[in-house]
Amino acid sequence: MRDIRLLTQMFIPGTLIGPFTQANPGLGGVCTFVGEVRQDQGVEALELTHYEPLTLPGMHSLADRAFARFSLMGLLMVHRVGVMRPGEPIVCVSAAALHRRDAIDAVDFCMDHLKSAAWFWKREKRATQNGESQWHWIEPREQDHSDLARWHS
Amino acid sequence: MIRIVYLGRLADAAGKSESQFVSSSGDLDWPDILALLDDHVREGLADAVRDERVKVALNGEVLADREGLIARHGDEIAFLPPVSGG
Repeated sequence: MRDIRLLTQMFIPGTLIGPFTQANPGLGGVCTFVGEVRQDQGVEALELTHYEPLTLPGMHSLADRAFARFSLMGLLMVHRVGVMRPGEPIVCVSAAALHRRDAIDAVDFCMDHLKSAAWFWKREKRATQNGESQWHWIEPREQDHSDLARWHS
Repeated sequence: MIRIVYLGRLADAAGKSESQFVSSSGDLDWPDILALLDDHVREGLADAVRDERVKVALNGEVLADREGLIARHGDEIAFLPPVSGG
């Protein structure tokens, strides 16, 4: 069972994970990761923009690579775009497999690629000292690239 | 009509998220497009796009050689700055 989606509205990961698990009868394990907007000091909102012709096709291509690399029964990959508040879920990746290692590694693999190689641009709305708020673009982090490099061997 | 889409911080540099151009002289190549960006969108935008980390997509395909770009009527070009991840 393969379910790859971009969502423009708030979602509740539990409502996706239950049906996903049910849709993979006979599985040996499910691993799920949910990423949320961190409650960093002064951050009021996070906005993710995407580019329609590339972003969802890129997620499908990532799912293809995950299926080729790991023995999976199912993969759920759901990503938010638009404006989110701290505490809201951004991403949910869930993998179902006969054996735990494939499920765990597939989620790790998908998350590292989503974080550093997927077509998303992020900016944060931060409070300033005079009480107004300003948007700031978030630059790629070195850590994201080294996380990605783990999968190139 | 050729549509140009600016992603991420390039939308700030352009002051808008997209532009549309009608080319009276037919196809547009890379130098033509850079000139249009500076002359008709915002001065300094061409330099922002020249940054070698900026990738270019033509009709949804990322170009391996962006300077070989030829845009024709009906095409969509996207300027893609480095992604900040999901």
